Amino acid sequence: MKLSRRNFLKGAGALIGSLIITKPTISLAYSKGEAPSIYTTGNKANAKNWKIYEERKKKRLPAAEEPYGVLVDISKCIGCRRCEWACNEWNQNPNRPLKEFEASVHQKPSVFDKVRRPHAGNFTVVNRFYSKDGTPVYVKKQCMHCIHPACYSVCLVEAYRKTSEGPVIYNPSVCVGCRYCMLACPFDIPAYEYYDPITPQVTKCTMCYDRIVEGKVPACVEICTGGALLFGKRSELLKISHERITQNPGKYVDHVYGEKEVGGTSWLYISPVPFEEIGFFVNVGETPIPEYSEKFLFAVKFFEVVGAWPLVFGAYYQISRAKKKRYSTNEVKGESHG
Amino acid sequence: MAKSTNSWFKEKILMGRTWNEFIRDNITIGNIIALIILVFGIYAMVYRLIYGLGPSTNLSDEYPWGFWIGFDILVGIALAAPGLTVGTAIHLFGIKEYHHFARSVALSSLLGYIFAVFALLFDLGRYYNLYNLLIWSWGFSSILFLVGWHFFLYIIICMIEFAPVFFEWLDLKKAREFFAKLVIWATIFGVIIAGGHQAALGGLYVVVPSKLHMLWYSVLLPPFFLISAIFGGISIVILEATITHKAFRYQIKDFDPQEFDKKLIGLGKATACALYIYLILKLLDFAHYEKWHYLKGFYGWWYLFELIGFVLVPALIFTSAFRQNKVWLVKLGALLTAFGVIVNRLNICLLAYKWYIPFSQKYYPAWTEIALSAGVITMLVLVYRFVLNRMPVLYEHPKYKSEH
Repeated sequence: MKLSRRNFLKGAGALIGSLIITKPTISLAYSKGEAPSIYTTGNKANAKNWKIYEERKKKRLPAAEEPYGVLVDISKCIGCRRCEWACNEWNQNPNRPLKEFEASVHQKPSVFDKVRRPHAGNFTVVNRFYSKDGTPVYVKKQCMHCIHPACYSVCLVEAYRKTSEGPVIYNPSVCVGCRYCMLACPFDIPAYEYYDPITPQVTKCTMCYDRIVEGKVPACVEICTGGALLFGKRSELLKISHERITQNPGKYVDHVYGEKEVGGTSWLYISPVPFEEIGFFVNVGETPIPEYSEKFLFAVKFFEVVGAWPLVFGAYYQISRAKKKRYSTNEVKGESHG
Repeated sequence: MAKSTNSWFKEKILMGRTWNEFIRDNITIGNIIALIILVFGIYAMVYRLIYGLGPSTNLSDEYPWGFWIGFDILVGIALAAPGLTVGTAIHLFGIKEYHHFARSVALSSLLGYIFAVFALLFDLGRYYNLYNLLIWSWGFSSILFLVGWHFFLYIIICMIEFAPVFFEWLDLKKAREFFAKLVIWATIFGVIIAGGHQAALGGLYVVVPSKLHMLWYSVLLPPFFLISAIFGGISIVILEATITHKAFRYQIKDFDPQEFDKKLIGLGKATACALYIYLILKLLDFAHYEKWHYLKGFYGWWYLFELIGFVLVPALIFTSAFRQNKVWLVKLGALLTAFGVIVNRLNICLLAYKWYIPFSQKYYPAWTEIALSAGVITMLVLVYRFVLNRMPVLYEHPKYKSEH
């Protein structure tokens, strides 16, 4: 009976659903004519990169000598958005003609009017900010590929890996879709395919792991003509960025964003304007996020182990008392307890 | 054979009535309201399964966790702590006066967890992958991994704690004896496991220091969650006992209202203690991290409102309740405390999380999200009533009386 009523209601619900809701109601935060990238489903980059990672592991290929990184020199970015186009192209995300991307820097109104973030169908975005003297500053945003990734450490099924080459990649096949990685990411990067009812994935920049292992540079770096993006070994990039800062006094803020933030990231930024003015999270701290959970997990284990003994003793005491009680026939009611 | 199963069904499930009588007896206003909520709730579930999270919720890339996590899990699990609190007090510390509550608290924890996890399945993008957590892919560095495993273990523990009642109902003496012996050990593990994951739910937010408002963020979040689950859990016992002892009074033969009120006041004392401890820890946290300068604007007032209105005030209400021996004050305090736990969890999950986003862009639940949660709660209440009507939860089974 229960089952049949349930089935009936299910059927009725589906019927009503198909009658009333012909068009899915749109998530409120994005209701007004925005980029369709939030509706994108069927990410291909995740599975592809994961497969390569697994194959390399099977072949026991040696780990990279040193992790790679990308240095973003914000002063050199001209806002052509070609990196966005190349990223979509390489990762088979929905794309538009390259000209449309390049045009937006001169358009009014343009996509730059709003600060955007990566969504299911785009792994990187370029935002426009204005410095205090009114000059436009273009900032590329994508996964920072932390050295100690929060997403990896908080994932309950280990769907993430930090590869020796630097990229943080994601395995959709074990993911349960709890979205804790999205909550925990200090840079707010992972996005979700909310419009896929069956096999939604977390989507984010893969740092083109599939290209790096073949000796190529990430797609966005390759297409960047302004010289704003520089791919290389992270340690060397750090040297270069400090050199650029010291050799051009007054041009840059004396800070390499990503050198120490949350314990260091593979992507590094140097900027002519203070980072807090151009949309960076400057309060993320220098503690790697995994340390917070490690400390907590250690504390829990400690208390569970320490707490267990008095509890076991208490139980033993209770049982022995119950045994005693069985011998004495009449028990006094208001008996005191230990 | 068919006849005997039929009569078993009639006796145990329909309580000695025929189908027609059973259905006729169940057409009441309360049940009709429940049915209406269920229709909306099940509609939301089906809609979620067919169209996905995007159309059925207001979740976004900015707000990956919404009402379902905030209410069904953070609130639901905290308020499903009766077993952790009162159950432990009875079985481990041998506080015999409250033995009367042992079975109903075991039942409410069991159902609370089962339905919380049931609701959680709708929030998971790939719910069918959840078994990975148990057998395949272990994220040892994850707090959520600990939470997931502890939920799993704790549901088993609650089942063991409740099993004696179940087998008394089925009149299977041997199985009952077996589980009755296990109960105390299950309770020990229950305390460790439940304490661990109640704290871990708070621990989930320890990893987001830059995203949670500093008034709510603290390294002490795990103990805050644990202690508030304790007072939330006890206040649920108070409310639940009040309701069930009214609705099911006919089941309890030797019901002594004065004795019952005394017990409620005792529970109120325990709740007040937990509330005061919580308040002191909150003040310690506030003073140690020097949060004075955050006390401004909406969030400052809201924080004070939460702390005073739902911690200090109920604590004072409980205090005056047992000073003046007024049981209605205990009930009021319990109501306020339980509501305060709801407010606190939703504050952390929905308001204080990404507090820097302007209000116009903040998340608020879609009607389907609320309908689904309401549907799940209705199911819980119906199953709870179903069990109370049939199994010896509130009273002692005449056959097994001597063994209590």
